[in-house]
Amino acid sequence: MRQENTDAAAYWSANLKLIRNVLIVWALVSFGGGILFRPLLSGIEVGGTDLGFWFAQQGSIIVFIILIFYYAFRMNALDRKHGADE
Amino acid sequence: MEQQTLIYLVVGATFALYVGIAVWAKAATTGEFYTAGRGIHPVTNGMATAADWMSAASFISMAGLIAFVGYDNSSFLMGWTGGYVLLACLLAPYLRKFGKYTVPEFIGDRFYSQGARVIAVICLIVASVTYVIGQMTGVGVTFARFLQVDASTGLFIGAAIVFFYAVLGGMKGITYTQVAQYVVLITAYTVPAIFISLNITGNPIPPLGLFSNTVQEGVPLLVRLDQVITDLGFNSYTGHHTNTLNMVLFTMSLMIGTAGLPHVIIRFFTVPKVADARWSAGWALVFIALLYLTAPAVGAMARLNIMETVQPGPVGAEDGSLAYEERPDWFRTWEQTGLISWTDRNDDGRIQFYNDRNEAFDQMAREEWGWEGNELTINQDILVLANPEIAQLPNWVVALVAAGGLAAALSTAAGLLLAISSAISHDLIKSIINPNISDKGELWAARISMTFAIVLATYLGLNPPGFAAQTVALAFGIAAASIFPALMMGIFSKRINSWGASAGMLSGLIFTVVYIFIYKGWLFLPGTNQFPDTEEFWVLGISPLSIGAVGAIVNFGVAYGVSALTKEPPVEIQELVESVRVPRGSGAAVDH
Repeated sequence: MRQENTDAAAYWSANLKLIRNVLIVWALVSFGGGILFRPLLSGIEVGGTDLGFWFAQQGSIIVFIILIFYYAFRMNALDRKHGADE
Repeated sequence: MEQQTLIYLVVGATFALYVGIAVWAKAATTGEFYTAGRGIHPVTNGMATAADWMSAASFISMAGLIAFVGYDNSSFLMGWTGGYVLLACLLAPYLRKFGKYTVPEFIGDRFYSQGARVIAVICLIVASVTYVIGQMTGVGVTFARFLQVDASTGLFIGAAIVFFYAVLGGMKGITYTQVAQYVVLITAYTVPAIFISLNITGNPIPPLGLFSNTVQEGVPLLVRLDQVITDLGFNSYTGHHTNTLNMVLFTMSLMIGTAGLPHVIIRFFTVPKVADARWSAGWALVFIALLYLTAPAVGAMARLNIMETVQPGPVGAEDGSLAYEERPDWFRTWEQTGLISWTDRNDDGRIQFYNDRNEAFDQMAREEWGWEGNELTINQDILVLANPEIAQLPNWVVALVAAGGLAAALSTAAGLLLAISSAISHDLIKSIINPNISDKGELWAARISMTFAIVLATYLGLNPPGFAAQTVALAFGIAAASIFPALMMGIFSKRINSWGASAGMLSGLIFTVVYIFIYKGWLFLPGTNQFPDTEEFWVLGISPLSIGAVGAIVNFGVAYGVSALTKEPPVEIQELVESVRVPRGSGAAVDH
């Protein structure tokens, strides 16, 4: 009765897109801000050291929490939109 | 009240609480034993997951790991938290939808192969058993230090408590005790941290204190710390002194290892709905972050505290170093345990604590000041345990820290034991040895497997194999290189077939284990390693601790290659993958 296949496919590709965005930010704050780009951020001072140190010891953990709640929130909306919720 | 009496009272009260919960939360069916009947609220599960995950290593050792190295060990902070992002969007919701009891069960069903399931069981048991050894020794050591009983008696008491609530209550009993244990351990961790942060920076919130000015000098804490330790020839605290590629891979290995550890994954089977699994991962990380944001602050402040204690005056001045006779009380207490030790190399009765591996500095110190090498060794584990005494906090705080250390070790041990016993009773007995076993029979099998696992863990805790300290590398390496990729490909690809998955898991596993063994010795036997475990011998500077991430890439590559060359999975398996991806209908999966 409904085009269930196309809807499931649309739901899955929307999920993949969301996961991709979440993981880009995940990698940017930890591997990027905390390690690889730290020399580039050395000019930005935070409490006696630089932004990279803050990302490595504090910032990335805070961003991880925000990311998970953002993902859960957006997925709930996707579940409803595509009739995949419980 | 007497210190010792207080410790007995506080630890005794927490144990009574755990036993009380066990009596109240008995498991009557296998569903309750394996997954607590899937009725756990996502916030409750988040708290239980935090206790399940934060082990004796997180509670006792991590602040010290950061304190004595500084920025370069930030990998532990990012790695052990970043894995939860992967869990939340790549694994937990789909495995909850699948709706079965164990991690190997998903691998066996998705790859329609008992062989793949057995490989997964072996990986699970090796990773979890090596991990549990650390918890059991942690229990013994905490008892020995705080309760003045010997380590083996302490271990028996701890094992008896775990036996009581894990065998009776299974996942149901473990969940509610873990919630109680979380409350105990986080209070024990944060209370001393708040006092120390107030003392040193005037800020009651430790993570803010880390980036504040010191009360005494009015300069930023980290600037002060960098100055104090570089004056004594140590590497700066905030600087980057190690191989960048290795730091990236180490962080990655810890992240995907965290996401692939079965005792963490099965916690997400206990929530009612798929959406709850996602929320629950977020709550778990909130509760974990309370400790993980406090740890680097505790590390930096305790390091500064210790340095200023042993070096009260200018470096190199005759009376700049602390006279041994004037050492503070906590120093005396911890000397008795052997975790702090002092040798007067230059016979001046004063403590010279400096980096004598810094050759230029060492030579200068010898010529100019008559120093003859570093005289003080401090075990990094005492930072958290001695914190209340260093900050001169009341006796009840010391008692609380003892109870917190035990809570951290016991909660993780129980989660690991459940993962091991359910793999034995459900994946081996129910699935392979005796498929006709009744639910009641399987429940008994699960209880007996749990008992067996506790006896094994106690034995290994009493007779820790020489490699106990190395096992973290093994547990995370195996989880990262074999379990995580298999689960992820099972969900995100319909094309990976049984041949691909089995070949991928085996090659990731063998690659990782061989790389660890050629540096750390075959089966960790001393002297059997091909190369010394130092940076100049590592391939591209990649340490055996970081190899799990490379092993995962090997696993993905082999699995895709082999699957492409062989037949695609049958239609019903592709339909299984479709159904795992959509939350609707997870309630039905509960009664299987």
